[in-house]
Amino acid sequence: MDLFSEYGSAILEAFGLTLRLAVFSGIFSLILGVVLAVFRVSPVPVLRWIGAAVVYTFRNTPLTLVMFFALFGLFYQLKIGASQTAPLNEQNFQLAVIALSVYTSTFVCEVLRSGINTVPLGQAEAARAIGLTFSQNLRLVVLPQALRSVLNPLASVMIAMIKNTTVAVTIGVVTAKGVNEASGQMRTMMENEADQIVLIFIIFAIGFMILTLPVGFLAGWASKKFAVIR
Amino acid sequence: MKFKKIAAVVGAFALAGSLAACGGSDDSGSDAGGDKITIGIKFDQPGLGFKKADGTYAGFDVDMATYIAEGLGYEEDQITWKEAVSANRETFLKDGTVDMILATYSITDERKAEVDFAGPYYVAGQDLLIRADDSSIKGPEDMKGKKICSVTGSTSAQKVKDEYGAVPQEFDSYSKCITALQGGQIDALTTDDIILAGYAEEFPGEFKIVGQPFSEENYGVGLPKGSEDRDKINDLIEQSFEDGAWEKAFNDNLGNSGYELPEPPKVDRY
Repeated sequence: MDLFSEYGSAILEAFGLTLRLAVFSGIFSLILGVVLAVFRVSPVPVLRWIGAAVVYTFRNTPLTLVMFFALFGLFYQLKIGASQTAPLNEQNFQLAVIALSVYTSTFVCEVLRSGINTVPLGQAEAARAIGLTFSQNLRLVVLPQALRSVLNPLASVMIAMIKNTTVAVTIGVVTAKGVNEASGQMRTMMENEADQIVLIFIIFAIGFMILTLPVGFLAGWASKKFAVIR
Repeated sequence: MKFKKIAAVVGAFALAGSLAACGGSDDSGSDAGGDKITIGIKFDQPGLGFKKADGTYAGFDVDMATYIAEGLGYEEDQITWKEAVSANRETFLKDGTVDMILATYSITDERKAEVDFAGPYYVAGQDLLIRADDSSIKGPEDMKGKKICSVTGSTSAQKVKDEYGAVPQEFDSYSKCITALQGGQIDALTTDDIILAGYAEEFPGEFKIVGQPFSEENYGVGLPKGSEDRDKINDLIEQSFEDGAWEKAFNDNLGNSGYELPEPPKVDRY
């Protein structure tokens, strides 16, 4: 168990960084995902096209490539995506959050769109009949019902996103102290402790389950509590 | 007992993952002592172990491995090359995926507990690769506040973070570091000097090696625990120092890098 005495604090810090990546990416991907879903069901053709283009582009591109492009394309070539004056580790963190958020938001969008399809057409028609505008209709009638019906699949998207934070290792996301996120920390430990690889795998598998299991339980509980009764 | 079962299952998953990751054709598997030998090398390190576009392999490790295999009685066409990325090396030796490994494999005590080593056949040292026109970096002590690139998890990455106050940028491959170094987004790439020499050779005139090694890495031939070929391979390594094969392997692959061949190391028969 000297793995823990030697690496305990580094493992905690690594999962702290993973959690930070996941929380920021979760918030931004939910916001962006809702925006994309609204675009895709909007009555304005241009918005529908934009929404579809974003979804089809990023949903069908490997996350490694999106991540790589965020650093080498956006930041190195175009000099956008992160603050030029921030410390290197913060720049990479911001770029990883952008890549993860955009990528995940396309899945959030499609889940929400399927939720919108579960709301009976009569609801939207009734809302229009009493004079609600498109945005009022979405905000007050359709989206609240749609969201409540897709809590479980949304949780699956979020769980996948938490595990996808490991891809941030390709652009080297580290804390200010230089500790990698979980998958980079795992590589470090495997390099140093070649004789304990199985144990290292188990430690990190458990670490990720500690992060992801509550998301599933919470979603299961919430989807029962907020179920739409029709 | 229970832990052993769990370990076996986890090991199986790890193996499945590593096989999927390689993707190369591997129809021979392990048959040590048969009429084929499977050798693990790097596929992505120019000058050391590199798979060329035409499907052939070249590099210092490749030439040394060929020399050793021939000494063990295998012809060149009886060698099956297999990609052994750093994290897979112990696993490949233990489960018999490969018969031996020459893949910039440093001899360490932790690894000695898992596998056997012949050699060392080369002593590398951690050094810095910088742009040829950069005169501000003369040694590791100039790295304070500079951006330095290395591969995630590698010992060289850890050393620079801990000791020289450089700003670390880690990628999952050296080639990304090279791209960023060319573009000026980072100031130096650090790892073993012989690996750096491979890149200096690949991009003539673009980079230079600082030449102030600040560590010592003994590259050994990785063998399964208890391998009976170990003494034979140690003899072959010593023989290659004497008959010029070692020097030729270096000059053929890294001769134009501007990096000079050091003295051959002393084989450690532990």
